[in-house]
Amino acid sequence: MQTAEKSWSEVGLSDAEYESILSLLGRDPTLVELGMFGAMWSEHCGYKHSRPHLRQLPTEATWVLQGPGENAGAVDIGHGLAAVFKVESHNHPSAVEPYEGAATGVGGIVRDIFTMGARPIAILDGLRFGSLDKVRNQYLFSHVVAGIGGYGNCLGIPTVGGDTAFDPQFDGNPIVNAMCVGIVPHEGIVRAKASGVGNRIVLIGARTGRDGMHGATFASVDDPEASHRGVIQVGNPFLEKQLMEACLALLQTDAVVAMQDLGAAGLTSSIIECASRGGVGVDIDVTDVPRREEGMTAYEIMLSESQERMVLVCAPERVQEVVELLARWSLAAQDIGEITDDGMITIRERDEIACAVPVELFIDACPTYHVTATESESQRSRRETVVEVDPGSPASIADDLLMLLAEPDVGSRRPIWEQYDHTILTNTVMGPGAADAAVMRVKGTEGGIAISMDCNSRYCDLDPYNGARLAVAEATRNVACVGARPLGITNCLNMGNPEREPGSWHLQECVRGISDACLALGVPVVSGNVSLYNESGGLPIQPTPMIGCVGSIAEVSRARGLRWYDGDHLLLVRTGEPTLGGSAWLAATRATTTGSPPAIDLAIEAQLQDLLQRIAREDGVHAIHDVSLGGIAVTIAECSQLSGTGVAINTPASLAPLPWQQLWFGEVASAVIIAASAASAEEIIPASAEVGITCEPIGTIGGDAIRFPDDSGLSVAQIRAAFESALIAPIEAGDLIAN
Amino acid sequence: MTIWRVEAMIMPKDGVNDPQGEAVHGGLKSLEFVGVQNVRVGKIISLSIEAKSEDEAIDQAMHMCDQLLANPVIETYSLTATQPSPAAKGSIA
Amino acid sequence: MTSLPNVAVIGFPGSNGDHDAVHSLNIDVGVDATLVDYRETSLDGFDAVVLPGGFAYGDALRCGAIARFAPIMTPLKQFAKGGGSVLGICNGFQVLTEAHLLPGALLRNKTLRFHCFPCRIGIVSTKSPWLSQCKEGETLTLPVAHGEGAYFVDDQTLATLERNGQVALRYVESGEGEGAAEVNRNGSVAAIAGITNANGNVLGLMPHPERATNQLVGGIDGLRILSSLLDRGKAKSKAS
Repeated sequence: MQTAEKSWSEVGLSDAEYESILSLLGRDPTLVELGMFGAMWSEHCGYKHSRPHLRQLPTEATWVLQGPGENAGAVDIGHGLAAVFKVESHNHPSAVEPYEGAATGVGGIVRDIFTMGARPIAILDGLRFGSLDKVRNQYLFSHVVAGIGGYGNCLGIPTVGGDTAFDPQFDGNPIVNAMCVGIVPHEGIVRAKASGVGNRIVLIGARTGRDGMHGATFASVDDPEASHRGVIQVGNPFLEKQLMEACLALLQTDAVVAMQDLGAAGLTSSIIECASRGGVGVDIDVTDVPRREEGMTAYEIMLSESQERMVLVCAPERVQEVVELLARWSLAAQDIGEITDDGMITIRERDEIACAVPVELFIDACPTYHVTATESESQRSRRETVVEVDPGSPASIADDLLMLLAEPDVGSRRPIWEQYDHTILTNTVMGPGAADAAVMRVKGTEGGIAISMDCNSRYCDLDPYNGARLAVAEATRNVACVGARPLGITNCLNMGNPEREPGSWHLQECVRGISDACLALGVPVVSGNVSLYNESGGLPIQPTPMIGCVGSIAEVSRARGLRWYDGDHLLLVRTGEPTLGGSAWLAATRATTTGSPPAIDLAIEAQLQDLLQRIAREDGVHAIHDVSLGGIAVTIAECSQLSGTGVAINTPASLAPLPWQQLWFGEVASAVIIAASAASAEEIIPASAEVGITCEPIGTIGGDAIRFPDDSGLSVAQIRAAFESALIAPIEAGDLIAN
Repeated sequence: MTIWRVEAMIMPKDGVNDPQGEAVHGGLKSLEFVGVQNVRVGKIISLSIEAKSEDEAIDQAMHMCDQLLANPVIETYSLTATQPSPAAKGSIA
Repeated sequence: MTSLPNVAVIGFPGSNGDHDAVHSLNIDVGVDATLVDYRETSLDGFDAVVLPGGFAYGDALRCGAIARFAPIMTPLKQFAKGGGSVLGICNGFQVLTEAHLLPGALLRNKTLRFHCFPCRIGIVSTKSPWLSQCKEGETLTLPVAHGEGAYFVDDQTLATLERNGQVALRYVESGEGEGAAEVNRNGSVAAIAGITNANGNVLGLMPHPERATNQLVGGIDGLRILSSLLDRGKAKSKAS
């Protein structure tokens, strides 16, 4: 064995970590071993800083079929079916090459889903960019959106929802999270657990090139652009489509013992994880790996992140059958090694041993760091800032609403989702923009699933604990608003450097917040991903714990969206009081993020979500819409522009003492508006009171304008024009920039 | 000043995955062009540039490629210049 | 005994609307649709053929450029020449133009972006048996989802197409409501959304009728086109 001539710091290991490897091995590592340790002990694969926190997340419920630890989580949605889902980040590659970075992000998460045996039926995307005033951000925004569409559209999986926001704190560090949901019969769920000594390891799909070397390490350091080396991964959605169909067909046979996709850290992490789950060893020869380029070394082969590859484990006598089946999709399959009983990861290059390390040294011996952090003084004073407003300001409610609707953060996401095929597979009952959550039918049943993705990064920046609780509450509330029951969440923790404040504090508080909210709302976490070190020039991004939620709905024909009808009564259902702290109005009018985000009582939130699920089933209930960004006024305007009908608004009696800015544009947790027939409205008011929730009439639907209590008003046409204008210019400008 | 015709040939960088090239290669194989070893698909952009010299025209085109026409993260480019003469024009067909 | 028309839905590598078409035809339209692999060399026994949407061969080179050489295209050409009903949806339309079963070509959208939204589609000519249940001048709402849907044909051919009633479908004003944006957003010549061959038996269109055959998802205007297959079922049972 040759020892490493590379420095451990080049593969992202600290001096202490390297010392620990030396003592664990009792010798110097080889170059290949060093690279593999660097990848497996990176934050991306090893969760060094996040694992101690993640342990507190509630992961169990009677309906959870698969919790964290596999390629994706799974929940029971009835009819003997499971929804399999996960969210993952591709932030760093997208910062360097936005189209391919975003595209391969979609490719990776889709592979995680079909690896579990599930057919992917929906994609969602969580995006953050810096201010759209900057050309670089226009470029990143437009090309990331094109990349997500380019890959998902070709695969034929609809992209049906997401969460996009803009803030200068994301300059240089865009966030690109992709979530995928698949459906599979319970008995069809496949685990990536290698077993059966003597079974073969078969590598399928794309040939291996030098793409994305050190991706996992690269995802775990500051300043992606400065640190990036190697070849950018270019996705091949056509190949992935073939791979998906072939793998799903293969799983219909019993030839496959385990299946694992190659993601971050490529072959290294996939074989190690597969072996670790199964408690076995593996022995492979890299000379058998089909390559796209000449002269690749064992080190490069083991750490390449070439896309569209999978490993299978199958019995030796079934290999031929697997090869033949894959050939029908014009896919290559290559036997590269076998399962052993020695618990070792053995990598050979013909006669030479490039790696001989016990599996547990890569996984169990990976160090964890528990950094305890506290809120800084400056952070606290920012949070405790009281937002003062002048109720006598000459602006009207209509003026501020029109301004806010045209803000990139608030306005219509149509320029994004019109680039995504959201109708393919013909399951989309409620697509983007139509409802608070996407609603997908499950063919062959009356029912379906609802999917949402939410996070308010400003709230998390001001108060990471409360912001994370609000993110879980909003994601689950959005599922409840369409009439579905939230069953589980997946989370992607996008944060700064966890080794120092405030990154460490953000991580600690966000996970604590998610955990408390999930416990209170009875919704388990079934999968997730972390992306730390999102910093530029020492400044972290706004912490963004992106929450994806999946729920089930018994009758999709009863799913509720934003569409209201002439003559409906408009009700405000709420528990909290609107606040301007961390609001979109504050960011738009004063270019600042200060104050305390909305307070939330999770026990009452749980009551509200139960109530919404019951209300949504009533025939007379037409629209249900969560009050979020931009407050009550924006929420009303969104329903109005979609329905093409106005509304005459009155001041809700319970909030009358508030300054108008706070009342109409303040943001509030646990609040929704409902448009219902007079008869239904009369039933909803006492039903709300019964569970301690305030419900009061605030208007009547009709006409072609919104009239506010201060006598200001906006026509539906004016609202639409402002709302639809928000993102068109920046995305078109970004399209024109090639790099 | 003369009008120079500059062709920018833009290709995927060596080592960068080229799904289009692979699909075309597969198509050629299925048409039984078995001798084809590799296919890479790029693009040619034809520019007419007013400049004092060929060098200046190439120099301008280089800046265009660096800033807009090529994506240096995944593509390389090469440039060739010719000075179109009226006689050459139209004589191709 | 009634006999349902047999419809072949061709699956190319990279087709992604094939299962949608089979599902819509079998469940919502009520014909007997089967997925047929691109390597098959016969279409015997089929009453109609649908080329579905997708990205055959990843749209490499040009959309449909590689698919046109698939083995199934040989019997398909025979089938079309013999007057058989052929419908090309989206990528299927692109394959039919590349295979010269339909005139013209489909170019990148004017916006250079993929776009997906419901469109108002006007019925221009009912020459094709696929449009036998529609009336000229009627409009349908059908979803589109494509990046290369700008129909192009030279002026001379366009004049011929118009004269022969081969211009079947056009993008038209949506009237009131959402999407009141520009008509013909992909930039098709003469706002053409669908054309037929000279006989009318081959129809290619960019909108997706198979995504609009159920009230819950996409509406039911797609049935106005696809239910024409049932007429052929009637004709068939009469003949037998």
